[in-house]
Amino acid sequence: MGAVIVRRVRARQPGCAPPPIRDPTSMSLDSATVRRIARLARIRLEDGDVPRLQGELNGILQWIEQLNEVDVAGVTPLTGGAQIALRMRADAVTDGGQAEKILANAPDRAGEFFAVPKVVE
Amino acid sequence: MFCDLSIVDAAAGLRRRDFSARELVGAHVEAMEALNPALNAFITQTPELAMRQADAADAALAAGNAGPLAGIPLAIKDLFCTAGVRTTAGSRILGNFVPPYESTVSGQLLRDGAVFLGKANLDEFAMGSSNMTSAYGSVQNPWQRLGSNTALVPGGSSGGSAAAVAARVAMGSTGTDTGGSIRQPASFCGIAGIKPTYGRCSRWGIVAFASSLDQAGAFARSVADCALLLGSMAGFDAKDSTSVDRPVPDYVAATWRGVRGLRIGVPAEYRMDGMNPDVEMLWQQGLSWLRDAGAEIVDVSLPHTKYGLATYYIVAPAEASSNLARYDGVRFGVREDGADLIDLYERTRAAGFGEEVKRRIMIGTYVLSAGYYDAYYLRAQKVRALILKDFTDAFSKVDALLTPTTPTGAFAQGEKMDDPVAMYLNDVFTVPASMAGVPGMSVPAGLDAQGLPLGLQVIGRPFDEETVFAVSQVIENAAAFSALPSTRSGA
Repeated sequence: MGAVIVRRVRARQPGCAPPPIRDPTSMSLDSATVRRIARLARIRLEDGDVPRLQGELNGILQWIEQLNEVDVAGVTPLTGGAQIALRMRADAVTDGGQAEKILANAPDRAGEFFAVPKVVE
Repeated sequence: MFCDLSIVDAAAGLRRRDFSARELVGAHVEAMEALNPALNAFITQTPELAMRQADAADAALAAGNAGPLAGIPLAIKDLFCTAGVRTTAGSRILGNFVPPYESTVSGQLLRDGAVFLGKANLDEFAMGSSNMTSAYGSVQNPWQRLGSNTALVPGGSSGGSAAAVAARVAMGSTGTDTGGSIRQPASFCGIAGIKPTYGRCSRWGIVAFASSLDQAGAFARSVADCALLLGSMAGFDAKDSTSVDRPVPDYVAATWRGVRGLRIGVPAEYRMDGMNPDVEMLWQQGLSWLRDAGAEIVDVSLPHTKYGLATYYIVAPAEASSNLARYDGVRFGVREDGADLIDLYERTRAAGFGEEVKRRIMIGTYVLSAGYYDAYYLRAQKVRALILKDFTDAFSKVDALLTPTTPTGAFAQGEKMDDPVAMYLNDVFTVPASMAGVPGMSVPAGLDAQGLPLGLQVIGRPFDEETVFAVSQVIENAAAFSALPSTRSGA
């Protein structure tokens, strides 16, 4: 099956595919978009990383575009793994008083607080 | 000889006092120390802890209050938080993380007397099908191709868990399965592995990858051993809002049920052009074993099968991008200093995450970002609903499904690394059951032409692990799989 999927995606000509939901050109990431995603994801990119990532991400996105051929009209999205309503619990304090345990893995601390570089001048 | 025992037989031997937990665990600790340099199945070994736990098991056995797993040496996937024992998730970013608490599942195994040999290697944050993405090095499959010493992958993401059990270093192990991370390595390593229904095991204390898909499960060398482990691991936990409050049945008893009168479905969409002939032949063999044991074989259709992987590669990265936002270098894990807080986050995450994890976080960030959410994520959730409906429809006609576990046997280390999509295709047969949340088990059923193990996958109705075990046991009995990997304790 694997080979079948890859072949279909790669062989597809523009225009033969079902229309993507948005402007088709927007489905291919340019380098500015790759940088924007990295910024949103809070991952520092070096300039040299961008072309490689752009190619890999576009390859994956092109492959997942096959979902555009599925008729999903009227389908209710499945949001969770279990077909049950999430359980509610009492709004009560059930834990606490463990500052030392919580801070034990902190990269930096000040007293009973996590410490970070200064954010307000 | 201790290392070849099944868990069921070892537990009986310990109760008869034929041998002590100290002897049993000691033999496995020796095997771990001898074989781990070659296999790299463990990120962290805890031999002293294991021997202390063995002594406690011996004391409990002598006192007559031993749990069902007393003295049984296990490997714990390094995704389960273990109190006081470093838990890395296979990532640099958690390289120094020592949890102050125990995951519910590993805690239940300890409650039942199990002994932990150490923390098993895995793909970073469980993202992978080869164990090649671990920051702690790749794991070597104990099996090799006939006449070749090429290092093969054990599968992933639970590659260390599977390799340790196949090599007779651990009697069983825990894994997690998000899209095939238990079933695929079980198949590649010639052992049994069960992913139960979503909600059957608590996810509390397991490092999260994709929360609507992640589910803990067990590896062992027999179906009954997996049943025994799952019976300990499963159960309701108020600390996981998706944990389901249902009694845990006697899974070991279910393995004795047989398949007479059961209807077993063969999904047409799993039979594809260019399928590996060894896999195809083994599948037919499995169906005839079940027919001979009294099951009726029924053709069924799961029409959205081919969209499973693409759906998965939207849903799982989206959830991962959200779950992994917590690794920011502030509260735990590794920190890289920066000029300001944003710079600190970005440098920490760039240095702490490997390439595959970064790729998936970025895909997830993109598909959830403004303007693209409906086109990707919402559409994927709708296709996921159609995949679930396929299974629901099929299970109105049959009691279980039989499919191959993987499209091929184990591949070589380094193969498929430059093409993420080719790597993702490994999970083509396992992902749909993950998307639907239904239980699946891989049972070793035969060897391919290169002498490598292949598994068959049994998929069941939600919360009907009992039928999955019953069908799997019939396959195990008929297959009489006795081939051994070249790297193993006692070899």
